[in-house]
Amino acid sequence: MSIQIDVRRQEQTAVINVVGDIDLYSSPQVRQTILDALNEKSDNRVLVNLTGVKYIDSSGVASLVEGLQLARRSRVRFALCGLNKAPRQVLELTRLINVFDIFESIEDALKA
Amino acid sequence: MSSADSSEPVIVVHDLVTHYGGRLVLDQVSLEVRRRETLVILGGSGCGKSTLLRHLVGLARPTSGSVRLFGEDICRIPESELNRIRRRIGMSFQGSALLNSMTVGENVALPLREHTRLEDSTIRVMARMKLDQVGLAGVEDYLPAQLSGGMKKRAGVARALAMDPEILLFDEPSAGLDPVIAAGIDHLILKLKAAFGVTIVVVTHELASAFLIADRILLLDKGRVVACGTPEEIRASQHPRVRQMLDRQPDSEAAPGQAYLDSLFGFKVGGGAKA
Repeated sequence: MSIQIDVRRQEQTAVINVVGDIDLYSSPQVRQTILDALNEKSDNRVLVNLTGVKYIDSSGVASLVEGLQLARRSRVRFALCGLNKAPRQVLELTRLINVFDIFESIEDALKA
Repeated sequence: MSSADSSEPVIVVHDLVTHYGGRLVLDQVSLEVRRRETLVILGGSGCGKSTLLRHLVGLARPTSGSVRLFGEDICRIPESELNRIRRRIGMSFQGSALLNSMTVGENVALPLREHTRLEDSTIRVMARMKLDQVGLAGVEDYLPAQLSGGMKKRAGVARALAMDPEILLFDEPSAGLDPVIAAGIDHLILKLKAAFGVTIVVVTHELASAFLIADRILLLDKGRVVACGTPEEIRASQHPRVRQMLDRQPDSEAAPGQAYLDSLFGFKVGGGAKA
């Protein structure tokens, strides 16, 4: 299954919408989009919307970790939203669920 | 990757027969492993259990019979196809098989560097995550020689996990470890099963380990399947060979007269692996 990624800007936030499985083949594209958004520095927050993601493997999780690392260095806020059951489980199992800012929806994240 | 029905077998071995030279090593072995199930192949030294495991990853080709993984007969597909299927399988070798010239982190990263186009920085994060999952956080810069036996075994498991495999194979996971460290490896296997829902096949001669981690146990003796069932079924079995194994009775030392004499004369003895 191919992946679809788009970036929309709202309220000084780059919202990255990902739809599809994040696996060994698609995670580099997700990673690059996240890093590009963080490097742009025009937004003070990057939000990855995972509502359309039913599966994420460890390369996908590692890509999110890399995003978080760059965000901290660049002092940009970095958050995730719309986690389905399986991606949430993967973050729990890798003990990373608490290191990310996680919101239910885009609206919740933008309000915070 | 896909969340298929848990009762669907991902491994199906049918009538597997294998010889080493002229010696029969596996004799009409059939088995099935369902998704998310842990099958323990239990047997004594030389019973053919490691050979069976090697057939499950296509490292050995049988004389006859078939091995189906994810519905494909790996005995009858080209090497390139076999490699594609192997990427979905992680194997933890008996001697952990780490490369001594590389750091632990590089060892874990190796399958990812070989088989993916992920960025180096992503691979390094993944290797650290895998080491954390086996209880080895922070050792990525050590060389294998700087690790204890149990840590090496865990590092080998971390490498087996590198590609997020759907099937994990363990060859004698507790061999050469003291009982406490071996119990730690058993619990790691249980944890990986619970956490990632992987299908697991373990080859061992350790009874306690088998009964702890198995959903089903397959008892192999002289290359043949003697019994297969849940731990409770195996424990209740009245099959003499099962009883002998469970009750830790040695083989009778009295060799049958003529066969012994034949062996002294140097005549070839046919039949089973230990004949």
